[in-house]
Amino acid sequence: MSTVAEERNARAPWALTAPALILFVGVLLIPLAMTVMLSFHDWGQYKGIEPVFILKNWKEIATDPYYAEMFWRTFRIAILTTLLTALFGAPEAYILNRMSGRWKSIFLLVILGPLLISVVARTLGWALLFGGNNGLVNKLLMSLGVIRSPIPFMFTETGMVVALAHVMMPFMVLSVWAALQRLDPQIENAAMSLGAGSITIIRRIIMPQIMPGVLSGAIIVFSLSASAFATPAIIGGRRLKVAATLAYDEFLNTLNWPLGAAVATLLLVALVLIVIGSNALIERRYAEVFR
Amino acid sequence: MRRNGPLALIFHTIFVIVMVAPIVVVCLVAFTPEGFLSLPTNGFSLRWFRAIGNYPEFIHAFWVSLGLGALSSFVALLFAVPAALAIARYRFRGRDALAALFLSPLMIPHVVLGIAFLRFFTSAGFGGSFAALIIAHVIIVFPFALRLTLAAATGMDRTVEMAAVSLGAGGWTLFRRVTLPLILPGVISGWALAFIQSFDDLTMTVFLAAPGTETLPVRMFLYIQDNIDPLVTSVSACVIAVTMTALILLDRFYGLDRVLAGKGDTGR
Amino acid sequence: MAFLELDRVAKQFGAQTVVDDFSLAVRKGEFISFLGPSGCGKTTTLQMIAGFLDPTRGAIRLEDKDLIAIHPAKRGLGIVFQSYALFPHMTAAENVAFGLEMRNVPRTERAERVRAALAMVGLAGYEDRHPRRMSGGQQQRVALARALVIQPSVLLLDEPLSNLDAKLREEMQIELRQIQRTIGTTTILVTHDQNEAMSLSDRIVVMSQGKIEQIGSPQDTYERPASAFVSQFLGKTNDFAGTIDRTGTPAQLTAGSWSGPAPAGLNGPVTMSIRPERIGFGDAGLSARIVTRIFQGNHWLFQCESECGSAIVIRQNDGKPQPVEGEAVRLTWRPEDMSVRARTVA
Repeated sequence: MSTVAEERNARAPWALTAPALILFVGVLLIPLAMTVMLSFHDWGQYKGIEPVFILKNWKEIATDPYYAEMFWRTFRIAILTTLLTALFGAPEAYILNRMSGRWKSIFLLVILGPLLISVVARTLGWALLFGGNNGLVNKLLMSLGVIRSPIPFMFTETGMVVALAHVMMPFMVLSVWAALQRLDPQIENAAMSLGAGSITIIRRIIMPQIMPGVLSGAIIVFSLSASAFATPAIIGGRRLKVAATLAYDEFLNTLNWPLGAAVATLLLVALVLIVIGSNALIERRYAEVFR
Repeated sequence: MRRNGPLALIFHTIFVIVMVAPIVVVCLVAFTPEGFLSLPTNGFSLRWFRAIGNYPEFIHAFWVSLGLGALSSFVALLFAVPAALAIARYRFRGRDALAALFLSPLMIPHVVLGIAFLRFFTSAGFGGSFAALIIAHVIIVFPFALRLTLAAATGMDRTVEMAAVSLGAGGWTLFRRVTLPLILPGVISGWALAFIQSFDDLTMTVFLAAPGTETLPVRMFLYIQDNIDPLVTSVSACVIAVTMTALILLDRFYGLDRVLAGKGDTGR
Repeated sequence: MAFLELDRVAKQFGAQTVVDDFSLAVRKGEFISFLGPSGCGKTTTLQMIAGFLDPTRGAIRLEDKDLIAIHPAKRGLGIVFQSYALFPHMTAAENVAFGLEMRNVPRTERAERVRAALAMVGLAGYEDRHPRRMSGGQQQRVALARALVIQPSVLLLDEPLSNLDAKLREEMQIELRQIQRTIGTTTILVTHDQNEAMSLSDRIVVMSQGKIEQIGSPQDTYERPASAFVSQFLGKTNDFAGTIDRTGTPAQLTAGSWSGPAPAGLNGPVTMSIRPERIGFGDAGLSARIVTRIFQGNHWLFQCESECGSAIVIRQNDGKPQPVEGEAVRLTWRPEDMSVRARTVA
């Protein structure tokens, strides 16, 4: 397949990557291009899809406040989910990192494991826990005296954010965990020997160093939350739409494919811009410190 | 290294409980003896597991998911292993762009992929077919297969190959007898991770599946859309059990943190 | 009076004893090295002084105050770590200033002391560099400045030079010694490198398997090793089995065809340790044959097979002809050049 002698052969890498490249061009780039094209096509209840080039769908998204509201809801949920995962995931990763060997690997498995368990099953679990006004979560919170009257979780943004934060949490823990592994194991002792207390150590020494990990975790969580489908569909029901569930509806219920393609294209472009933009910002901010 | 204080341990305990609560509750409700959603307070019952037998569409969907996961992960590796070797060893023009392209399915929302594939396969005339599902799944699991193989190929000691060449091995023999065995842990882990990704995918597959090619997550999702009853919890419990088994095996053989982070060495 | 005193300090991890019965009195301004192979408990002892570990038994006192009762952050010791443990998100100046900040030193005084500390380690002008943009040697200097700027009562160095290449290490050794002499800080160095310990310290504590083998000046420990371990660990040595016969007068010590006056206090089987550079070729003495001879520039290294087992001899390259391989020789040494210990016969 590949010999050492071939290393001088400039064609070898292309020969090895050609099958995958053809596959990706053929069944990834072409379908994506077709989707972008589709968003410019016309559609009617009886005539179906007409392959013309018009801006009708894009105009509708730009002018109808329904779409603005829906996209704003999508990003609001994604932002809140990201904040929640950072707020709880970063401290948890830190605590996890300080545990002794055996416990560390057990709890790492417990916390990262859900990442690979079916999203449908996990969201179903939340639907069971929320379960109307007398669901388990409400009962628990009320008996603890945290809340006085039940909070509606099902079919609300609150419920979506909680369930999504749970689904995305492993990504944040993992990302901060990776940053913590790069820390000098003696760094806390060094700070302590210079007279720093626990809070100072966390605020001045640990936090600045794991910040890149938190931020890259935040980018992953944000982009996955903004395009999440299963959790919003099950918790949000048919009423509370986000970008992904709306696109699904346009495709499989209303059958207005061109409009659905426009929503999907907009989501893709927005996410790519946000991800690339924030990656660039992070890299510039930390270029000096972490090469 | 200093130990965690009591406050940290309380935080940790609550965190872990919240993380496992939804999964545990699904598994508990699955054992309810009642005819409605409830925790099994009056003893455990397997009636809802037996009930799965009355729904052949769930059984069928399970086999579809299993076959789809196994096959698409295998096909993905056929493409990913040579690509990973090329990217790991050669510095050529367009190398970074190629790597970015091959990892891009991670960045593209699955709902967009679902739409793109639906449009593509419908125009091509085989929408809703099992073949279409395979191709689509090959694309979405490709990054996982590539990443773990790449990590293995990058961490491999190249001098071992040079030694084999000096002893007269070459071409296919070199790959089969030396290179592949050395990167095998990465390849197998890549397959396992790819399988789990394919087995669990809902968002993209829900666009492509037609009656007869519905996967288990799609079947469960469509069922939940209509009503939530203990049957879907027992199905979920089975899915969780399958994934947990795969997970524990993966952790034993490779280390879960390394699999998920997609870096580290090959686990030699 | 002892400045820093360790009194029968011991550390156990579970059933495993890592440090046992460690007693040492350090004088003010002294430079002490803990020397031993990895796993001998030297770093553990250092960490107990620093406060990162608590001793299982024993007491540590600094100027007669119980040091164990003081939180590590309040002990006021300066530590240089093997990995340097610099704060990567802070510049060199910010790193050095951190300890002063923790002590609420006013801003202007702080800036002045940071500048002086960096200048002292030869890093004037590097104030705004981040550690990742500095060489290993420069990082090492920042770590030293950071530890010294707080005017620590004791400076603890945990294998500080082990990550530097040989040439840089030698330069840093000289510099470290000069800085320590100038400011007079009591210093404890942990190292596994006997050359480093010998060239830097006033006294060396040789450790093995959690126990102190010997405490003494570098010359003392080298020339009069208290145990076989010390003589083996501090450079090359020859161990010959000999016997003391006290029946005649004067008492005789014999090993093969070498014999000399017996030292007082011993009888029967003994082990004699002689450094290779103290052995000469003569007309009488231990008979041996040269197996290999290696030229090493300023000296010759001979590997010999003697009546009492293999032996190494080092001779200065003084330009005179030296024995060749295969030649029969006699090995001689002065009685005062060997150290003799009782030998237990198996």
